[in-house]
Amino acid sequence: MSHSDDDNRQRFEAMIDDNLKRLYSDLVQEELPDRFKDLLSQLKDQDTSASSKK
Amino acid sequence: MSAPDPRDELVTHLPAMRAFALSLTRNGATADDMVQDTVVKAWTNIDKFQAGTNMRAWLFTILRNTYYSSRRKAKREVADIDGIFTERLSVKPEHDGKLQMSDFKVAFEQLPDEQREALVLVGASGFSYEEAAEMCGVAIGTIKSRANRGRARLAELLDNNDDTAMELTDAATMAVVTDSGPVAR
Repeated sequence: MSHSDDDNRQRFEAMIDDNLKRLYSDLVQEELPDRFKDLLSQLKDQDTSASSKK
Repeated sequence: MSAPDPRDELVTHLPAMRAFALSLTRNGATADDMVQDTVVKAWTNIDKFQAGTNMRAWLFTILRNTYYSSRRKAKREVADIDGIFTERLSVKPEHDGKLQMSDFKVAFEQLPDEQREALVLVGASGFSYEEAAEMCGVAIGTIKSRANRGRARLAELLDNNDDTAMELTDAATMAVVTDSGPVAR
């Protein structure tokens, strides 16, 4: 493999990782559906009522 | 008086869990169900979490186990072919010779689960190869080779024969970019 092939490959891999990061960070930044906040408060409430019965 | 409850930390990992779930399932509804299952499992098994260790890694491990066991149950149910990335993240192309994001998404979604997972863990979410290997229950070399095969496959799919091939601005690309709905194939 020639030197420039190596360079191209490295550049391409860096580009792939850049794109992966963009794709992923776009997903991370999506607004969280309400169902998850509801779920967490539900779980908390369950625990509170369970421990108060003891 | 009492130690901080690690469950209070759960909420901070939700966006990352959802992103990981979306990249595994490529389907919004399935991803959200998986995150919900994971939260319930983590909540009820919080005593198994070792304080001081990486909670995100722990949660991702539960999430991927949830995914692979449901995948086995579903006997390889056909994934949403138009894919979650195409549907949700339509972006305008940048005319600077960089890979078009829409092409990249389409190509990424065609990778096998194990390669997508390895690339997301080490390429996008910043886990080390060692952490990713532990989360997936495989050797470090396996994660490395999955990630490398994934990158090679992406290169193939994106037709990386020469530099100009990276400028993928054909009609199909434009259709994906301008159409916010699923693309008919």
